[in-house]
Amino acid sequence: MAMADQTASGSFRLSMLIYDTRYRSMTIQIIVLMLFMLGAAWLVDNMLTNLAALGKPLGFRFLSDAAGYDINQRLIEYNSQDTHLRAAVVGLLNTLLVAFLGCVIATVLGVVIGVMRLSKNWIVARLMTVYIETFRNVPVLLWIVFSMAIFIEVLPQPNAFRGDAATASMLFDAFAFTNRGFYLPGPIFGDGSMAVVVVFLLSIVGIYFFGKWAKARQEATGEILPTFWIKLGILILPAVIVHFVMGQPITLEYPELKGFNFQGGIYMRNSLIALLVALSLYTAAFIAEAVRAGIMAISHGQTEAASALGLRPKRTMSLVVLPQAMRVIIPPLISQYLNLTKNSSLAIAVGYMDITGTLGGITLNQTGREMECIMLLMLCYLIISLSISMVMNIYNNSVKLKER
Amino acid sequence: MKKSVLLGTIAAVGVLAGAASAGTLDDVKANGVLKCGVSTGLVGFAAPDANGVWGGFDVTFCRAVAAAVLGDSDAVEFVPTTGKTRFTALASGEIDLLARNTTWTFSRDVDLKFTFVGVNYYDGQGFMVRKDLGVTSATELDGATVCIQTGTTTELNLADYFRANGMSYEPVPIETNAEAQQQYLSGACDVYTTDASGLAATRATFEDADAHTLLPEIISKEPLGPLVRHGDDQWGDIARWTLNALITAEELGVTQANLAEMAAGTSNPEINRLMGTEGSLGEMIGLDAEWAQRVIGVAGNYGEVFEANIGESTAIGLSRGLNAQWTQGGLIYSPPFR
Ligand SMILES: N[C@@H](CCC(=O)N[C@@H](CS)C(=O)NCC(=O)O)C(=O)O
Repeated sequence: MAMADQTASGSFRLSMLIYDTRYRSMTIQIIVLMLFMLGAAWLVDNMLTNLAALGKPLGFRFLSDAAGYDINQRLIEYNSQDTHLRAAVVGLLNTLLVAFLGCVIATVLGVVIGVMRLSKNWIVARLMTVYIETFRNVPVLLWIVFSMAIFIEVLPQPNAFRGDAATASMLFDAFAFTNRGFYLPGPIFGDGSMAVVVVFLLSIVGIYFFGKWAKARQEATGEILPTFWIKLGILILPAVIVHFVMGQPITLEYPELKGFNFQGGIYMRNSLIALLVALSLYTAAFIAEAVRAGIMAISHGQTEAASALGLRPKRTMSLVVLPQAMRVIIPPLISQYLNLTKNSSLAIAVGYMDITGTLGGITLNQTGREMECIMLLMLCYLIISLSISMVMNIYNNSVKLKER
Repeated sequence: MKKSVLLGTIAAVGVLAGAASAGTLDDVKANGVLKCGVSTGLVGFAAPDANGVWGGFDVTFCRAVAAAVLGDSDAVEFVPTTGKTRFTALASGEIDLLARNTTWTFSRDVDLKFTFVGVNYYDGQGFMVRKDLGVTSATELDGATVCIQTGTTTELNLADYFRANGMSYEPVPIETNAEAQQQYLSGACDVYTTDASGLAATRATFEDADAHTLLPEIISKEPLGPLVRHGDDQWGDIARWTLNALITAEELGVTQANLAEMAAGTSNPEINRLMGTEGSLGEMIGLDAEWAQRVIGVAGNYGEVFEANIGESTAIGLSRGLNAQWTQGGLIYSPPFR
């Protein structure tokens, strides 16, 4: 207030913008901002002029041209006559698939390994330390290439399953592990399977409400239900019953050696598995460290207090230690998820067709639109990363210390 | 980060830096070295030997251009490029010339803005399989797993071919010939498809070359040739006429062995013009009079280069076929030196 009064009283001169400490920082900031914008404008202008000079003005029309190439792993319908845009979407879905599966596996492994590293068993703790240090300290690209090489060289080729003198055989006649990937039985949804699926989804909703009810009951009566088994029952039983009532509409299709390859069932390509294994083992090492740090951050007094109250060790872990440790674990966990997603762009090393392989690889190469493709690619990764951060931040807010 | 993305980014930055400048000849002279894009390793076409010295059919062309421009066939920096990185490398100015089994197509010429300076090998896409698969024709490949190099015409032809024949296949995209070889040999793919010349070259390096066979179908036209960026015609002319000099030399019977004799002057005016003892062709193209002598001096004429690297006497064993001189019933034909 005093400042404002002073300005009002004295007359304003232009030189005050520089010599008057009240204005100086503002002046400098505005000048820097203007220079920055000029610089950015110059870069953009330069890019546009030079692209035009090359005869390749910036444009995204190529996205609606036929792509002309085939993609092996497609989560949506796609053939070589579809557009480059659709090819990019196929790639994007492949990226999301490997990122999602990778994050799930890495989290499970990471939590288990992190807890085991704190184990009182000397051998277990040491083994986990060795695991963490080896995986953390070798570049992930090497792990990816390495796991693919092992895959290709060690597992038998589909041909080895053929004929009377077959050198390899299927597990339970249902699983085939070949150097082209894993072939597993897959479900086939016949008439009436809709009902089973709907019931299954309803069961999930049911579990949610049951959980709420069980909690309220526990608060009211102090009685603890074996919720895990009940939930499992709710999840499986109704769907199984409906399945039989409807005359078993969902059947399993087993992979069978036909022609050059196994046909039928679910086919997980070697590139997907190699990538998944490498990414999740690598990221799990980091997550394990975050988990360990989180648990160690909770003072031992908490555990002692909990046992003084008569809580068993397992409950102490799940009700006292982990919920508090979560607050420490989640921020580094977010960045590990982001890392895993971005590292999935190394997929190209094993020929996994993620978005870097389609949009940033074949499309870029066949159309020669480097600038456009790279810009779109960066935008995609940016959006994916920001979405992950957003979701995780929401979760973080829900578990963080509530200050009332 | 992955190389292609990196190169893409470099290309983007290169574009920013205004790489499209004309005057490649001056740049090359100023650098004292020709940056030539070749493959990452395809025996016979471009591969480093045990001492790390590059050799091969495409490599010799790079050396010939360096000899013409810089007077030294060793003043070449070989930049290994994959099917995917090669165009970005050329467009961004990372290389001055690309000689990497590259097919001359409409869109590469017109849309990607490159100038193909000619054809040094008329090829077509073929298929290689293990003999014990019992496959005798490409039409029996329904459902097969096929290794292909990404960023190639191969990949597009393959999609067309299988679609046209109503067959399905499982493409395994691969970056380099070496990777393809690994996957193919370990049985991760049933078929390897690329230019027939590349297949022959790859098979020649197998320990059990006889256990593999090329299927009879050739499913495309693959005229392979060296290329430069659009927009620098003088540089394009130099590359074009270097290739033509090699071809004309064969037609006129100029060889590495009789080069000195021919250069001393002959009764054939076209040989004299080529050797620079008559006329002023060298001056017109912005080089000295003896440029073509140096080109032929590197490893002889087109036919000699072919024989030494990929011809019937080598393990690769390609016959001249379409790549014979037009006078021998082939398609190799140079416009006159006049
Ligand atoms: N001619 C085709 C294919 C070229 C190609 O990729 N050729 C392979 C085999 S013939 C090659 O040169 N590979 C060497 C490498 O991997 O660097 C094209 O221009 O798209």
